[in-house]
Amino acid sequence: MTDQPTIESPFWQMQGITKRYGGVLALDDVDFTCQRGEIHAVLGENGAGKSTLIKITAGVVAPSAGRLVLEGRDIAFAGPQEADKAGIVCIFQELSLMPDLSVADNICMTAPPGRFGFINPRAQRRRAEALLARVGCADVNPLEQVKNLSLSRRQMVEIAKALGRNPRLLILDEATSALTAGDVEKVYGILRDLRRDGLAILYISHRMHEIAELADTCSVFRNGRHIETFEKGARSDNEIVRLMIGREYTQVYPPKPQREAPPAPALAIKNLSWSNRLNDVSLTVGKGEIVGLGGLDGQGQRELLLALFGVLRGVSGRVEIDGRPARIASPGAAKSERVRMALIPEDRKSEGLLLPMSVRDNIAMASIGRFTTKGLLGGLFIDRARQDAKVDDVIKRLAIKCGDPDSPVGTLSGGNQQKVVIAKWLMTEARVILLNAPTRGIDVGTKQEIYQLLRELADAGTAILFYTTDYDELIGCCDRVSIMYDGAILRELAGDAINEEQIVASALNIDFRPLPAEPEPGSPPCLEARA
Amino acid sequence: MQALLKRVDKPVVIAFGFIVVLLLAGSLYSSSFLSANYLLQQLQVAAFLGLIASGVMLVILLGHIDLSIPWLVTVGGMMSTAAAGWWGPEWAIPFGVFCGLVFGIINGLGVAILRVPSMIFTLGINAVAQGVMVLHTGGFAPQDSATPLMRWLAVDRLVLGIPNAVFIWALLGIAIVVILKRTPLGRYIYAIGNREGATYLSGVNTRLIIVCCFAISGMCSALAGVLLAGYSSKGYQAMGDPYLLPAIAAVVLGGTHILGGRGTYLGTVAGVVLISLLASILSVMQMPEAGRQIIYGGVIVGMLLVYGRGQRVLG
Amino acid sequence: MSIATTTLTDWKLRAGQSQGLLIAVAVFVAMFTLYITNHPAGLTVPVVTTAANKAVLLALVAMAQTLPVLTGGLDLSVGMIFVMTNCLASAIVGGEPWQVALGIVGVLLAGALAGFVNGAIVVYGRLQPIITTLATGAIYYGFALLIRPVPGGNVDGDLADFMTYTVFGETVPTSLLALLAAVLIIWLPFRHSVIGRGCYAIGSAEGAAYMSGVAIGRSKLAAYTLSGLLAGLAGLMLTFVTYSGEASAPIGGTYTLNSIAAVVIGGTSLYGGAGGAIGSIFGAFILRTIDDLLFVFDLPPLWQPLFQGVVLLGAVSLGAARVFRVKNRLELFN
Repeated sequence: MTDQPTIESPFWQMQGITKRYGGVLALDDVDFTCQRGEIHAVLGENGAGKSTLIKITAGVVAPSAGRLVLEGRDIAFAGPQEADKAGIVCIFQELSLMPDLSVADNICMTAPPGRFGFINPRAQRRRAEALLARVGCADVNPLEQVKNLSLSRRQMVEIAKALGRNPRLLILDEATSALTAGDVEKVYGILRDLRRDGLAILYISHRMHEIAELADTCSVFRNGRHIETFEKGARSDNEIVRLMIGREYTQVYPPKPQREAPPAPALAIKNLSWSNRLNDVSLTVGKGEIVGLGGLDGQGQRELLLALFGVLRGVSGRVEIDGRPARIASPGAAKSERVRMALIPEDRKSEGLLLPMSVRDNIAMASIGRFTTKGLLGGLFIDRARQDAKVDDVIKRLAIKCGDPDSPVGTLSGGNQQKVVIAKWLMTEARVILLNAPTRGIDVGTKQEIYQLLRELADAGTAILFYTTDYDELIGCCDRVSIMYDGAILRELAGDAINEEQIVASALNIDFRPLPAEPEPGSPPCLEARA
Repeated sequence: MQALLKRVDKPVVIAFGFIVVLLLAGSLYSSSFLSANYLLQQLQVAAFLGLIASGVMLVILLGHIDLSIPWLVTVGGMMSTAAAGWWGPEWAIPFGVFCGLVFGIINGLGVAILRVPSMIFTLGINAVAQGVMVLHTGGFAPQDSATPLMRWLAVDRLVLGIPNAVFIWALLGIAIVVILKRTPLGRYIYAIGNREGATYLSGVNTRLIIVCCFAISGMCSALAGVLLAGYSSKGYQAMGDPYLLPAIAAVVLGGTHILGGRGTYLGTVAGVVLISLLASILSVMQMPEAGRQIIYGGVIVGMLLVYGRGQRVLG
Repeated sequence: MSIATTTLTDWKLRAGQSQGLLIAVAVFVAMFTLYITNHPAGLTVPVVTTAANKAVLLALVAMAQTLPVLTGGLDLSVGMIFVMTNCLASAIVGGEPWQVALGIVGVLLAGALAGFVNGAIVVYGRLQPIITTLATGAIYYGFALLIRPVPGGNVDGDLADFMTYTVFGETVPTSLLALLAAVLIIWLPFRHSVIGRGCYAIGSAEGAAYMSGVAIGRSKLAAYTLSGLLAGLAGLMLTFVTYSGEASAPIGGTYTLNSIAAVVIGGTSLYGGAGGAIGSIFGAFILRTIDDLLFVFDLPPLWQPLFQGVVLLGAVSLGAARVFRVKNRLELFN
């Protein structure tokens, strides 16, 4: 029985939706509604069912059971094209842009202007220009190839493309993770305009302050079930997290040790420069210290870590390990006995793991050389038994949930996959560990375990250099924080100076002066740029 | 038994099954098909293909391909017989294999360091090898003949009537299996085939491994050429041409994924035997060349379609 | 921004993006000039028509190779489709004018059908293009042998003469016009169609293309079918040049190899998503002119295969120059 669409009836409804992938229940009897003219945030850990929810809404997968109701009418999508025609447009975390094609081609890919199967290039260009202007990127030339744009610009093109499909329901899945601060503000503006125009907006993000800024309604999911939906401001951050992880957590970060004297330097970086992305960077990380790299995305943090690890060519400057100069020309050299450096890379799926290979093989990949047989043909063969014993040890230590350790690592959840990457480097007994945004896209529970692990490693003497855009992590984990701006270290913060205001201000390269009124606890800081 | 079956790839099982079918079909056609002598003869011919397929399997596991096989085989055949003429019979086999090694290393350097796609670089090396051989022979058929040792290895049977060539293949096979299963090199080969970037970031010297595998492939092709020259008592122009498609087909039909990262040597053995049997049945049936080519191509496509998801485009 | 500056930045952008093509054109012009100035007979009709005829054959096969390469695939059977359609043409393109016309249509259809089969196996069978076309190449070669077990056959003499000579008062080789027709009728419409752009999208990022609603199956199928059609056209032209059909595996293999080289030299990426048939045409012209230059400079015939091989290797390795400019080694891995 279908209802007549009324003004009050929700735009999009899911009733009793269940989705099974083999034996895994991704969504379990979920009821969910989304209204027009509101920004509805969806919160939940990895594996909570958010991405399945999105995929069903966008027509990418079909539900195993339940009803989908669009504007009061039952509906079933045969594929993403049908959802698109119904006005449901999704901006996924992995961009759907073709790097070799032009901006205009990308924006108009879905429904290009033209007749008889041909494309009208002038009309296409005009449409692209209009959409680019709408997202505040009128300076982008529509003929430019997408691969020549910065990551932030590419995301804006993605948003322009989505707007061009005349959405009535817009879904953003971690869409702001790659944006510069300026572009984030533009997106907030666009979303507010769209809300005023009566669009329904679904917003998935792990960033609490974004949700607090934008969302009218929040829904929390856990383990495939819809837990609760509440209005903006009805619940505090702590309560929300408790709903998400289903248990009380009070202490997120392990305690930091008090130090009287600065520790001996394990890693000393002196005047490191590279191309135009790193300018005379100097930095020290002591034994047992956790040093954080902060600052806005794209200020050279990623390049610094790659340069240290030997991936970049043409790096000038000096690096000292334990006081002795070291030439690191490749990751192989970084891994060598003299240096013993490790890098947890940015994208675990394409840089950190071999997805079809087993968990055991992945964990052993960086340390196979240590498990060769002794004796006559020493060094030639792998001592499988010894290797597996050590690997199983590490799996236990990191509490990696993997069932059969010989199953492919691609079957693990995001958090466990990241643990495998870390496990791989633990096996090398590194003395310096570099981490590039290690908790991006990871659920809260695993994040805590990783913080705990890092502190344990530091207490055992490992030097840790760690880049993250999450200033909560910088504050909670790091003994010292170096803020990078434009390829150089702008400011170093230590002790009590490591707080939100200082970090954000340094990142934006401004002087922070506190506002006269005391800000309310729990709300995001108000910051006025005084250049 | 269950565990054993789980460890064997579905394509390998299908390949062996098809071998049985072919044997039965052949026996229907001619009563002597299943005789020990005939089967051993088949193995002998398969050994040449087997040597080549062993080398190219490593390259395919890496995610690359070696299209220089035709003329590296010829280089092996012609250079070995030439060396016998220049310096003496004991130099024949080492020099033939050495020439294959040199070309293989060049292949590896082009792919690993210059990062030219392996398909086009090895095609180019194939052309260069041809040019060198044309220069060497002056355009005529080569006059040098094979050494007695080469002939003995290729044709004679030492033990139990099993052809020596099969022993050589077996030795090479054992070496390859050991490399792939028990050594770091083997692990790295699969890793690079899966994703070279992640392997590189794990501190592995991927360039060295790529050069190694192409070097081995070059040597295997040349060795096959040496034995082929022994079989025919001399090298001849374009002797390697008929081996390219069968070698790659054997590897792929044996379950190795053409994009790399997956495959077992047992499968390659099955693929080699399968292709050789198919070729010999077609010749026993006196099928004209036209029919042979069509059936060849059709069987390869057909079997790959049957293999299912394992061979298919992911995602 | 004024209209003038917008157009200027546009042109600069386009020029930057077409670098590969422009270089190929420049190299070709330089080499051909060198050839003509050193040829004993110079810029005469026989010299130019012979050069044009040979070049157009490879250019058509190179165009055929370009289409699957754009989607990120490859066609190792183009040479064999070329040979097969040559043999077919030598059998059916003859007799009354209507028979000739029907024969031509038949040959082109055969080529397109062969391409379609390739595409169908890749799209519906979900097999990798390399191994698929390696196998179908054998099948097409088999068919060629069926039609022409020994070289022979015939073709309409008048038409062949016409196609291999010149028009417009002995100035423009007809074969070049045929090539131009192929570009205008097949390539340019494809390039500007939704299907054509879909092919570029698939080659650039297939997953993203799917999410953007590109009809993956249809686009790939179109690419392989048109590829077969162009190879068929090349086979037809070969029949006009040689007045016969020959099922020659070496010729098929050589054309396949050279078509891939032409595509690379012309600036199309073997990974797909960038480039075009026009670049491949000039890549083919360059390869042919190299052969002719070897002849003109009296390089001893024994040295020619080696020289050709080295030049081929060098040409395709030129793209390797970027390896030395890359500063982040991670970019070397796709």
